Amino acid sequence: MKILLLYFGRPGENLKIKREFADVPDSATTLADLLAWLRLRGDNWEHELIDGRIRCAINKEFAVWSAKINERDEVAIFSPISGG
Amino acid sequence: MRVSIQQHDFDVAAEFAALRAKQRQIGALVSFVGLVRDFNGDEQIQKLTLEHYPGMSEKALSNILDQAHARWGLLASRVIHRVGTLLPSEQIVFVATAATHRAVAFAACEFIIDYLKTDAPFWKKEHTPHGETWLETKTIDVNRAARWQSSEEPTCR
Repeated sequence: MKILLLYFGRPGENLKIKREFADVPDSATTLADLLAWLRLRGDNWEHELIDGRIRCAINKEFAVWSAKINERDEVAIFSPISGG
Repeated sequence: MRVSIQQHDFDVAAEFAALRAKQRQIGALVSFVGLVRDFNGDEQIQKLTLEHYPGMSEKALSNILDQAHARWGLLASRVIHRVGTLLPSEQIVFVATAATHRAVAFAACEFIIDYLKTDAPFWKKEHTPHGETWLETKTIDVNRAARWQSSEEPTCR
């Protein structure tokens, strides 16, 4: 399943990546599954992608961990927002 | 155009003039301008870097303005948020609301900046003499936004 991943804020900087097309296993059906799969990359990925350190959006809407992911979704991973 | 995200500075007087020109029923114009402070606690701030999520940030801000218009019947509104590198005392954000009377314009302006803090995807990185830190949502901001949903919400109708 092809998913567009975008990274902003602290994860974008610490993981040294801004965007990628990831081929996610079909067994990953939720946002939580996707993050667990990304954490398998180890090192910084394990450290950065922890509940409480990040928030996510699916197709430009904030999403909860149990939200479903689908082919061609745009998933953004970022530190808690701090604008204004 | 109600929402702008831009690197360059904005001119409050020009924005006020544009809002006034929209409708002659406007009796109150309220604005908020957020600036870069040169301190955070004991730390000296040399500059800020502001990042946003293009496409989502515009949508989130429009959604917040839609909510404010629906709730208070505003005559006009405007949000400008800057991104890029900003120095102390520079302007970061502009929120303006126009209504027939002041109570509504005050409440809606505060509502918009409170929700911008918790619902719009922008990130600030502070640069200090000791390094760089990405700021995160403050509990006080979450609480300020939440009070607009409570029964003790400031209503101005």
